[in-house]
This record gives sequence, structure tokens and C-alpha cells, in this order.
Amino acid sequence: MEKEQNKNSSKIGRRDVIKGLATVPLLGAVAYGFIKTRKRTFLNRDISDVFHISSSDAVFLQPKAGGKKLRVGLVGFGIRGRQLMRALGFVEPSEIDSLFEAKKNNPDDTRLDLFREQDDLNIVINGICDIFDVYGEAAQRAGANVNREGTNGKMGPVPKRYRTYQELIAAEDIDAIVIAAPDHWHGTIAMEAARKGKHVYCEKPLTWTVPETYLLHQTIKETGVVFQLGHQGRQTGCYQKAAEIIEKDLLGHVNLIEVCTNRNTPNGAWVYDIIEGSNPQTIDWKQFEGNKDRIKEYTEYMKSQGLERYVGPEARDEFSLERFFRWRCWWDYSTGLSGDLLTHEYDAVNQIMHVGIPHSAASSGGVYFFKDGRTVPDVLQTTFEWPDKNLSMLYSATLASSRDRGKVFMGHDASMEVSNILSITADRNSDRYAEKIDKGIIPTDQPFFTYVPGQSKVDAVTSATELYFAQRGLLYTYVNGKRYDTTHLHLREWLECIRQGQTTSCNIDRAFEEAMTAHMGTRAYLEGRTMYWDKDKKEIVRGEKA
Amino acid sequence: MENNYSKSQLTFLVILRLFIGWHFLYEGMIKVLNPSWSAKAYLMDSQGIFSRMFINMSANAGLMKYIDFLNEWALVLIGLGLLIGCFARLSSIGGMILLFFYTLSHPSFIGAEYMIPMEGSYFLIDKNLVELAALAVIFVFPTARIFGIDIFLYKVLPNSFRKFII
Repeated sequence: MEKEQNKNSSKIGRRDVIKGLATVPLLGAVAYGFIKTRKRTFLNRDISDVFHISSSDAVFLQPKAGGKKLRVGLVGFGIRGRQLMRALGFVEPSEIDSLFEAKKNNPDDTRLDLFREQDDLNIVINGICDIFDVYGEAAQRAGANVNREGTNGKMGPVPKRYRTYQELIAAEDIDAIVIAAPDHWHGTIAMEAARKGKHVYCEKPLTWTVPETYLLHQTIKETGVVFQLGHQGRQTGCYQKAAEIIEKDLLGHVNLIEVCTNRNTPNGAWVYDIIEGSNPQTIDWKQFEGNKDRIKEYTEYMKSQGLERYVGPEARDEFSLERFFRWRCWWDYSTGLSGDLLTHEYDAVNQIMHVGIPHSAASSGGVYFFKDGRTVPDVLQTTFEWPDKNLSMLYSATLASSRDRGKVFMGHDASMEVSNILSITADRNSDRYAEKIDKGIIPTDQPFFTYVPGQSKVDAVTSATELYFAQRGLLYTYVNGKRYDTTHLHLREWLECIRQGQTTSCNIDRAFEEAMTAHMGTRAYLEGRTMYWDKDKKEIVRGEKA
Repeated sequence: MENNYSKSQLTFLVILRLFIGWHFLYEGMIKVLNPSWSAKAYLMDSQGIFSRMFINMSANAGLMKYIDFLNEWALVLIGLGLLIGCFARLSSIGGMILLFFYTLSHPSFIGAEYMIPMEGSYFLIDKNLVELAALAVIFVFPTARIFGIDIFLYKVLPNSFRKFII
């Protein structure tokens, strides 16, 4: 019986065929929609005739196998010194403990993993120097932590602590030094180290005074040591692509650049913690005061221009914990917003557009929020002009509002915003993109192109979803699956240049341009008049007092 | 095949199957077509108790290749299956599994904020879950044996397969 039924049901009649295939025609409808979408979304997005860039990703100097182990010394283990040591691969065991603890409490906290995965740079820390005992001893513990372990881990040899940088740079067992001292010490230490034949990685800005800038430039040139200025932005994947976009004229004539600094925390405004254990016994105040020649250059400049109100107000030899830890707030040691933060922005622009030292600088601003006795402004605007390039750059900064305005290059055909990612928005009055805008292929109300390091597609309009993610920057802390710290890459480049006899990306010529640009901005602010750069004489010239 | 559905019941059950099939097929084809498409961004944006698992998956480039391939082609095949009524019950199960994973990675609990915002307001039940429930309906009220390729499969395949696959 069952067999019979089976037999019956396996017969396929005409009705069955019609019913069986009844819904198949719908496939045609889906296919039609699909083909239409494909044409609109994918094929018509090609803009390679008006916007063509290479598909290559940023290139960084790669370490060569078998390079020699370099012996490094560090001057200054404050906030930045600590970060540089971490980027070199050395962290205090107690900090590893707390990172470990943080990871235990929050599995999403990847700081420990990131640090441990960071490439080994094949160096040894042989000496450290800090004039504050607490920092000096901490630096020794970090330098000894060769296995990146916590307090129970196996430590390596403890680096020698020198009380003065002079002793450190004289040491035979040191090839290269990293300078993370306050601004007023940068130039002096760098110069003396170079004269001792040590390679130098110096934190920005290059110098505190104008005269020392020439001296340092000359010294590095004469000694031939490998010099790198600490603008780690040089290692940002997007900047190389941005440079290519400028070179290919894809923005049209760039006539205005806007860069900014926006911070809104006491820490961001240089009101750093006063560290426990700091007192006249544990801090070598005499050394902190600075180098005699530099102080003379500073004082002479301030006096000659009638700027005494910006000096002090406390006497230089008067011990002060505020001034020791928050030195950025006083011109006596600091270069203010210009030296600390404008320089990063300027160096990025210089990397992307090779602008060199501007023709002029005019500044305004004041201490408008942090009325804590500081002499350096917390709000600052500086405009730089390059008439030969028909270009202006506006630097606009506040330490009391975090409304960030990005780094924007404005051209006749398009504007480009650059951060960790890069995006280009066509100008509605563009000539270059007019046809594509008319056809609706290139939008003008949002970026039409977004570059994310590691993403290969370069000649098509970025899709809405890609744009959405790119704008939020979520995807792009990872490059080829590995997250890199730009400071680590910047130090690595310096070390590899020493090994391979190459030139660094932020070498002494770029550093000279950075320093002079910042000094022009600072002087314009202090003196209240426009500063000009005399290209032939290579010096800053004053404009008329406003 | 004999069935106990009224005309209108059958009509709307078939329409439901076709709509879901259409949706799956189109979603799948668009992804297959776009060589740079990847579920990576979506998975990285995961929230809820399973978010770690999904975020870890997204960080594994080798694994993502398989996940992307499986997801794309599963969508296409499930869509096809529902649309032309071929292995329709199996397709509904597959669809439910996919939707279940989407829900696990992007649950609509209070306070969850995703980078690609959903276009409506949801609490626990979102469109993925509604579609999942609809697929369950399709599974328990099969129509592909009345309108679909399953008519032929039912006749060709051995007895033991029929119940589960078709």
C-alpha cells in the first residue's frame, strides 16, 4: 500500500511543473534590481579620469636583520620621557602590574597586550639622567625591565643613573641619546651630545631661543650625527597619501590651511600633578634653572623688546614645585602653544606640502581661562603667510574648549581633512570635478573620497557605509592587523637611520624650519607685531609695531 | 500535494516566504558583488555579553575570510531556497541561524548604541528577530511543497529525507 502511494506521488504532472516553477520568474525581478544597483553603486563610481592616485600604502623605513644593538641613554623621565621609553620597549615593572590588573578587571583593556606585542628595537638602555630622584630611580627600573615583566619578573642589568646630562653624554657605553627634558634644555643638550658624537632624538620643539637654533643646526651638520626631532606625526600613514594628493594637484590650488589645538582639561593645559617626594633635596634646582648662555639669550631678548612682564614673575633661582612640574606655563622654560602644539601641526603641513619657513607670522591671544599665574597664553591664533605659494595657514588654539576643528587643506577644487584618516570633499564650485558633480557621481555635501591606511581601493567614490565607519575612525587604529604607536615608529626610524646610515624624516633641516616658524609665531605674540622671515639672510625681521 | 490551508492562508504564507527570500538573496548578492565588503566593521561594533567573541573574530584576518565567505553565500543560497522553494525548510533553519547570530552580536538592549544606527526604535525585539520569527512560521507552515521546486524534490528524494529537509 505504502509502495503504491509512493509510486503515485512520484509522478510529476503538468500542474506540478507549473506550481513547482511558479515562483522562479521572481528571480528575474531580483536580478533586474541587482544589475541596476550594481551599475549605479559600483560601475558609475569610477572617477579615475579626474581623481587618480596610487594604491600604495605608506612606506616606513624597515629594520634590517642583523643590525647592531644600539646603546641608548635617556635624559628626562617625566611624562614624555616615560612615553618615549615605553615606545622603546621599557616600562617600570609596577606599571606592568597595574596594566595587568587593568586587563584583569576589564578584558577590553588591551594596553598590556599592545605593549608586549610591540617590536623589539634591539637596543639596551645603558644610562639615564633625571634631576628629580623619584624620576631617576623610576627610569632605572624601567631600563632594567628588559623582559617587559611585572614586579616578580626577571630584570636585566640596571642602567647607570647620571646626575648630570654632561656625564651621561660623556659615557663611553652610549651611542645615542633621547632628550625629553624641558624645552629650555633641548638645544643645549642636543648640541653637546652631538659634539660628543652621540646620535640624538630630541623632543619638540627644537629650541627655546632663536640664537641657539642656528648653533644647533650648524652643530648637527658639522658633526654628522643622526638627528631626529620628535614629531611622531611623521609616521602617520595618511600624511604620505596627503602629500601625494597635493603633488597631483587633486585639490586644485590650495590657498588656505586651518590647523588647530583644542583641549579642555587641566592636564591638557599643562597643570600637571605635583609628584610625591619632590622637595629641594630630591630636585636639583640649580640644573633645572637652565644653561647660562641660553638664559642670557632669553633675558637679553626679553629686555631688548621691553617684554619684562613675561619674565618670571618668580626669581629663577627660587625653588618652586609648580614651576618644576608645570614649567610649560612660564616663558622662563617654555615655548608655549607655539612650541608645544603648533609645531606638531606645522610639521604635518610641512611634511604634506613642503612649505618651509613662512614669509610672515602674526599672532594674537591671551591668558583667558587658566588664571593660575601663567605667563604663556591659553588661547592663541597665529596666521602664517607664504605669498610666493599664494598660501595662508591659520593656527587656532584654545586649552579651554575641546571642540576640535581638524586639519583642513582648502583648495579651489576640493578640501582635504587629515587626521588618522583622510577625507576629501569636492567644492561645489570646482572646475576639475564639475562634470562628475553635475552627473551626481561626486557628492559635495559629504566627502567623496576617504583614505584609510591599509585600504587598497583608491579610485572610486567611498560608499556610505565605508564613510560612516571611516568618519568615526573605529576601524583604523589597526594597520594590516597590527596596531602601531607612531612614537614607536618614529624612534624606530631614527635607530634604523643610525644603523643603515640614512637620513631621518624629521631631520635637522626640517627641525630648523619647525623651530623658526614657531619662534616667529611666539615673537609675533610677545611683541604684538608681524614677524618676517628674510630668506637670504636666514633671519627673523620685525615688522612695524601695530 | 494535499494541504489544509485556506486560500488566503496559503497566499500569505507564500508571500511571506517570497519576501524573506527576496530580502536574503538581494543582501547576499550585493555583498558577493562588492569585493571589499567585509563583516569586520559590523562585528567590531558588537555589543552585549557576546561582544568580546565577535570583536575577537573581527580581529582575526584569516578567520574573517571564512566568515565573510560563509555569510555572503549563505545569504544567497538561503534567499534562493526560499524564493524558488527549493529545500525551503532547510533554508528557513539556515536563515534563523544567521539572524540569531546577528541578534547576538547586536542585541537591542537599553542603552546599546551602534555605529550604523537602526532606523527605528527597538527594545529587545528588532527587525532581525521579527524576520527570525517569520522564518519559524515558514518552517512550521511549509508552502514550497505546494508552490516551489520542493514539489519535485519531494517526489525524487527518499522517504527518510522528506520530513526534515523539505
